[in-house]
Amino acid sequence: MSRRQMIVVALVLLAACMLPFVVSNYRTFQFTLALVYAIALLGLNMLTGYNGQISLGHGAFYAIGAYTAAILMDQYGVPYWATIPAAAVVCLIAGFLFGLPALRLEGLYLALATFALAVSLPALLKYHHLEQWTGGVQGIVLLKPDAPFGLPLNPDQWLYFFTLAITVLMFVLAWNILRGRMGHAMVAIRDQHIAAEAMGIHTAMVKSMTFGISAMYTGIAGALGAIAIQFVAPDSFNIFVSIMLLVGVVIGGLASISGAIYGALFIQFVPNIADAISKAAPWAIFGIFLLGFVYVMPMGIAGAVRMAVARLTRKAQNQAAKP
Amino acid sequence: MQELLHQVLAGLATGGIYASLALALVMIYQATHLVNFAQGEMAMFATYLAWSLINAGMPYWPAFLLTVVLAFVLGVVIERVIIRPVENAPVLAVVVVFIALLVILNSVTGWIYSYTIKSFPSPFPAEPIFGQYVTSHQGGAIGVTLVVLLLLFLFFRYTPLGLAMRAAAQNPDSARLVGIRVGWMLALGWGLAAAVGGVAGMMVAPIVFLDPNMMGGVLLYAFAAALVGGIDNPAGAVFGGFLVGVLENLLGAFVIGNELKLAVALVLIIGVLVVKPSGFFGKVLVTRV
Repeated sequence: MSRRQMIVVALVLLAACMLPFVVSNYRTFQFTLALVYAIALLGLNMLTGYNGQISLGHGAFYAIGAYTAAILMDQYGVPYWATIPAAAVVCLIAGFLFGLPALRLEGLYLALATFALAVSLPALLKYHHLEQWTGGVQGIVLLKPDAPFGLPLNPDQWLYFFTLAITVLMFVLAWNILRGRMGHAMVAIRDQHIAAEAMGIHTAMVKSMTFGISAMYTGIAGALGAIAIQFVAPDSFNIFVSIMLLVGVVIGGLASISGAIYGALFIQFVPNIADAISKAAPWAIFGIFLLGFVYVMPMGIAGAVRMAVARLTRKAQNQAAKP
Repeated sequence: MQELLHQVLAGLATGGIYASLALALVMIYQATHLVNFAQGEMAMFATYLAWSLINAGMPYWPAFLLTVVLAFVLGVVIERVIIRPVENAPVLAVVVVFIALLVILNSVTGWIYSYTIKSFPSPFPAEPIFGQYVTSHQGGAIGVTLVVLLLLFLFFRYTPLGLAMRAAAQNPDSARLVGIRVGWMLALGWGLAAAVGGVAGMMVAPIVFLDPNMMGGVLLYAFAAALVGGIDNPAGAVFGGFLVGVLENLLGAFVIGNELKLAVALVLIIGVLVVKPSGFFGKVLVTRV
């Protein structure tokens, strides 16, 4: 990381820490959800952006994470913070297992299989033999946790900081994975899988592991989302959750860590503005933005920012060079 | 035994609808090697158009025909305007465009017609005319499917335009050399697929009722049907449609219960893709590395 990048990250973190003290509780809650989406998008971006495996079904892993957290809290009285690692492990395994058959599928077919997973998931969650755990159609209602250790924070603010801490942790982890051996292997497989294999990369292992890690990220996000919204139900995890995550990844920027943040802010706040027009408007806008980004800005917001910064610094250097 | 027969016939009826939609998917796949995720929403939109026409006082069959024509035009326009720019783009871009199309059609329909569930009329009489095992709408739906299949077969087999379309799908470069306008053939393919999908939508709407999300499950079964039959084989898709319809109904009625019916589609899709990606009748693809 260059020095300038470090300064930017520090400033963003500082602003993020101040945020709950300057905006209302409801806005704090919305920013908590944006952080949750950022984690999920980072997970999907590792899979789709860096490894080139298209998933239209990450809503399913989001749902599995959410249900894991909800069932543990509701049935077994597990404290909320302990459900996060549990959701992570469950989704890591689920993702890895789904990634094994997915190995044989490329591009379009993987998209199809994951699409099928996402469409059929709500029906599976409603299955009556699972009802004693999942609560069936009714879903599960959760309680909002209070701030521990007598911290002078209300529940919304506490949850925001709790989510922020996990988000930072997950981003640092992702940054390390992606610039390390694993990350290079992922990109190599995306760009030239035969050459990657010839160089000794265990393609099958890396691909299923990426699927697992990606699902783990999304599952952690799902668990945090369930705690923040205090409610899970089958119909809130329909195909549109998966599509929303895809929208976030494409608009934020494929194969970019900061893209996850832009994408999360987009999918969290644009519907809020658009809701005023019509109930259908947010999705119409998502669709139009998706088309627009594919045609004109395939690198997403992150790519546009990168280009703008490059252009500005070049201009500044040129001016400095002139007498 | 009677119950079994009843379930098989009901399965054949819904299977016919899956077969139509699967056929629409296969037509687009043959021409472009893409799986159209928005096929269900296109069919849904066409069905809403039909609903508007019928509500405006048009008799059923003229409205049916007009809807087929409108769906055809819609398909052509979508190919020309939205799909064309990404024709040679990476798979991810194309999938994203399809998803965008799905979302836009879904939300625009919700915007215009609201999300409340509407009933859709069936053109067939309420009293059973095909015996006691099958309602007349089910029988009629099978009939309509078979007629559509026959028409498509005749079109592709015996008309010059059908031949040109097949040529464009099989070997675009050579087809272009002999003077076929390949781009327009693709657009026509999209139009035909949209029209066939529209018929499927109008046949399924009296059963599942009209709402913007009505095609989600149907599309999944159609995917399963197309894959089971072999995604590049039209006759296979029809066979797959009927097979999936019957299988879904029998398993739903006797084995796993109605709640898990959709899981049948999921298992079929993943199972076929993993075990035998070419399906029953598809061409086995060999890539040289």
